[in-house]
Amino acid sequence: MLNAHRLSFRFSPDTPMLEDVSLTLEAGQWLGLSGDSGAGKSTLGKLLAGYLAPQAGAVTLDGAALPKSGMQPVQWLPQSPELAVNPRWRVGKILREAWTPSDAQCQAFGVQPSWLSRLPQSLSGGELQRVCVLRALAPEVRFLVADEISTMLDPITQLELWQALKREAEQRQLGVLVISHDSALLERLCPKCYHLRDGQLTLI
Amino acid sequence: MRQAQPRLRAAFSLGVTTLLVVGLVASQWLLGDFPQQMQFNARLAPPSVDHWLGTDALGRELWARTLAGLALSFWVGCLAALLSTLIALSLAALATLSARLDALVSLLIDTLLSVPHLILLMLIAFALGGGTQAVIIAVAVTHWPSLARVLRAELWQLRQAPYVRISRALGKSRWFVLHGHLLPHLLPHCLVGALLLFPHAILHEAALTFLGFGLSPSQPAIGVLLADATRYLSGGYWWLGVFPGLGLLLMVLGFERLSSQLRRAL
Repeated sequence: MLNAHRLSFRFSPDTPMLEDVSLTLEAGQWLGLSGDSGAGKSTLGKLLAGYLAPQAGAVTLDGAALPKSGMQPVQWLPQSPELAVNPRWRVGKILREAWTPSDAQCQAFGVQPSWLSRLPQSLSGGELQRVCVLRALAPEVRFLVADEISTMLDPITQLELWQALKREAEQRQLGVLVISHDSALLERLCPKCYHLRDGQLTLI
Repeated sequence: MRQAQPRLRAAFSLGVTTLLVVGLVASQWLLGDFPQQMQFNARLAPPSVDHWLGTDALGRELWARTLAGLALSFWVGCLAALLSTLIALSLAALATLSARLDALVSLLIDTLLSVPHLILLMLIAFALGGGTQAVIIAVAVTHWPSLARVLRAELWQLRQAPYVRISRALGKSRWFVLHGHLLPHLLPHCLVGALLLFPHAILHEAALTFLGFGLSPSQPAIGVLLADATRYLSGGYWWLGVFPGLGLLLMVLGFERLSSQLRRAL
């Protein structure tokens, strides 16, 4: 269980971003998070994945603090896949940085064998996002923070990506926090959704 | 097309500079000890068909001595610039490991930048007893701070890149991130930095030698030729100073131009 307990975070002393925010994500649970631009959705996602440290409160995994080194059990998936990969590395090397997925796993996410020898610039945003999602699904990973990962994709690619992720999450009992502006998408994917406003979470 | 033009210019400059450097190195091999051969019947001869750039007080051909001096300056400049770049890169990498190390490296950079360049050069060269090795070490030890500052800033920016943060979250060590993600991005900066350091290194080597803290007076270094020339300038032997000085100027300008074009292209 991933637990955020009374998190507070501010980038500067006079601009509070999150105030006393608590959240629990169970194994296999899909949780939605919506909110206006600049409300702090991505900040909360990064806090949960250990990319940022809260000024108050704590993020715990099964009651213990997140590990300081090694493969992190909570992985963050950013909106722009172009920024999430080393532009000098080929796709095969990018995937192997985390783990080596089987052919069947590559196929499930629509990652073609021919892409592996290509540079990320030669793939479309949607294709690269699938590579990033597959990379984040190393066996040690238990929770995903999907931060607007399908915003820039066309509806068909969005559907394929979420279907593949749903299947994988069900098989492995992965907990997923879906951050999105798209309330229809959150309704379809997540039985429970939160809205972030003025640094506070409200259940919707 | 806009992208291609700076690259074309840089490639052209690189080609011309490489050709000149190869010519310079080959001339050293072809000339052997000719730059040291004395002709007592042709002492202080002005430029003519027989003596292209004139001769010095011992009748040695100035064109051969200028070429040998430039070749010597080239090697000294190369080694000093390479060493300087390595120091800058190592310290910039060290600064990324912790905030305390970063503060220490920044302090070292600021301290070295606040001391006048030439005085530090002279002190180090003097402390090391002079000679080629001392000049290389003195130039290398005093020229790294500006490049280290650029590389440190670049590394700090790169460390915040999402793919670098993701790499750490994927369990990769700091060492892996450094050599797998960060250093390959810095190579173009290092190349341009080393090329920008090179003309400075040559000029400071010549200045040190001119002041008597550098290479041995028996070596045909540009600094030695210029120092010798000052003794004969009042006698009207202008070629002793003009041609070695012009050779040095052309070499420095050539490398400056190459580095600025490479900076635009990379």
